Amino acid sequence: MAKKMLEVRQLTTKYITRQGEDVYSVDHVSLDIEEGKSLGIAGESGCGKSTLALSLMGYYFPPLHYTSGEIIVDGKTISGLDPDVVRKTVLGSDVAYIPQAAMNALNPTRKVGKFIEDVIRAHELPMDSKQIREMAEKRFALLGLPVEALDKYSVELSGGMRQRVVIAVSTILNPKVLIADEPSSALDVTSQKMVIKMMKDMMAKGLVKSMIFITHELPLLYNVTDDIMVMYAGQIVERGSAKEMVFDPIHPYSRGLMNSILVPEEGTRDVKLTAIPGTPPNLKHPPAGCRFAERCRYATPACKFNQMPIIDIGGGRQYRCGMSVEKLREVYASEQQ
Amino acid sequence: MQVSSNKEQMQTPADTRESVTFGANRNKDFSKEPLCLSGKDVTRVFHTGKTTTTAVDHVNFEFHKGELISIVGESGSGKTTLSKMLLGLLEPSAGEIFYRGEPRLIKSGKQKRKYWKGIQAIFQDPFSSYNVFHKIDNVLLDCINMRGGRNLSKDEKIAMMTEACSFVNLKFAELTNKYPFELSGGQMQRLMIARIFLLKPEILLADEPTSMIDACSRATILDMLLNLRNETGMTVIFITHDIGLAYYISDSIYIMEHGKFVESGRAEDVILNPKAPYTKRLISDVPKIHEPWDLSTVG
Repeated sequence: MAKKMLEVRQLTTKYITRQGEDVYSVDHVSLDIEEGKSLGIAGESGCGKSTLALSLMGYYFPPLHYTSGEIIVDGKTISGLDPDVVRKTVLGSDVAYIPQAAMNALNPTRKVGKFIEDVIRAHELPMDSKQIREMAEKRFALLGLPVEALDKYSVELSGGMRQRVVIAVSTILNPKVLIADEPSSALDVTSQKMVIKMMKDMMAKGLVKSMIFITHELPLLYNVTDDIMVMYAGQIVERGSAKEMVFDPIHPYSRGLMNSILVPEEGTRDVKLTAIPGTPPNLKHPPAGCRFAERCRYATPACKFNQMPIIDIGGGRQYRCGMSVEKLREVYASEQQ
Repeated sequence: MQVSSNKEQMQTPADTRESVTFGANRNKDFSKEPLCLSGKDVTRVFHTGKTTTTAVDHVNFEFHKGELISIVGESGSGKTTLSKMLLGLLEPSAGEIFYRGEPRLIKSGKQKRKYWKGIQAIFQDPFSSYNVFHKIDNVLLDCINMRGGRNLSKDEKIAMMTEACSFVNLKFAELTNKYPFELSGGQMQRLMIARIFLLKPEILLADEPTSMIDACSRATILDMLLNLRNETGMTVIFITHDIGLAYYISDSIYIMEHGKFVESGRAEDVILNPKAPYTKRLISDVPKIHEPWDLSTVG
């Protein structure tokens, strides 16, 4: 069995609002990723995808607070550590994070090469400027990025190039887990493809040991990651391999999501999209029972009161629903006739 | 159930769902309909210091009544400049735009106001599309007043607003006395469509209306735009960079590159049998479900 790079056990984090209310945006999430594998996280806006990404770094700052659970990266527990320790010993080397607006994160008054120096200095590694420069040049060449970019200011680079530079800088210490939160959603299709190609290259060359990729674009996830996990209202509702999740989703919510896929392929024009009615629940006052019950067309009165546990059906598949897999498939099949 | 690799058996829920009819306007031949907007050699040049940029370069187009047209292109291809010219917010540097077959005259304020009665727009960012000081009732009430409903009774106005809200799956009773910023992005964009429903313009220009909301709400918005077109017979010009979305929603597609239309035609023809190399590249760069995504062809 392959080595587990990331193990998360019952991780719960919350936001504390100005009014002092607790909002649990990541609620008892457990997941694991093996070495060399990637996991995609999908879901609607506000379902807790980005909060999960932030929580997985083990680096919390208000209004986000750690409540309970464990994060283990390659055998080392990083949850509950002092933020300063996390910044020096975990970020960049164990876990690297690329936020959505990464391409706007570069200081316009510094050259790209300087950012790499900053990363090395922050981790207090014994390297001089010349060694760092050599390392940076080697890495840029390996990733197919122009070495001249090291001597440029961020404003001189195009959006797609900036995004690739940020990814290269944040993975310079070969992190064990790379968390990418919508790294390509602000780019046009051609730049997106370049970014994705580079990320896949990094995985193949072993520069990054495992990856979490967050986006609401399902065709992209299907093509990039090995597994897909669907989140809803702070909880995992289903997990499986990318193929299973797209072609045979079990949970009614994942099924609804897969119904919203739009690709330029023959046939997509002939069937009407069906949207999931309603809006996600307010997590200040989460529903007592199944969180999706309000919007689920198959919900029974009991669903609104019974908490649904996550059920493991083997083969890496999990889902959270009161109905059995057979029953759900039966219902879906009868609908098609 | 084992997922097999055979393509025939590989179906997403989307492939197997019952086909719901799109209405009579789907796949109709619009070329026999009267012209709504057309353009001949429309050009727009911007001068900044010593550099000149040709944002839109000699484009020709014919938009017919009731048609749903998509203009697809990457960032910087001139989509937004063209849409501003169609809206009458920018004047073309050369060439001419025709409205109902006649040259469009919008020199004086009076002519402009008349033209703007027939054309409305939905923009990309719903969060900055509303006046934050106006309540939602006022937003909708303004639309009724603009359509000459100023002298209607209060009950009639409320009935109209309720109808418009229910068209976009919003409940008017829950919206009264609320401000637009209290809604989510998807709800705001739906409220925008409710406005259009009340105004019933001849032409609707939608500039990337779904790019800032997630895939799930996107389906709802697209559905409503299709319904709106079927119900009112308005011409919808849809501007987007998402070629999959354009294929789903439109009757005809114009592909724009560096200010020029490189390909145009019926949606099926353009997407399934692309001729121009740029269109082919654009389609191959989009991740797909049934076909492999070839990453080796990147620049």
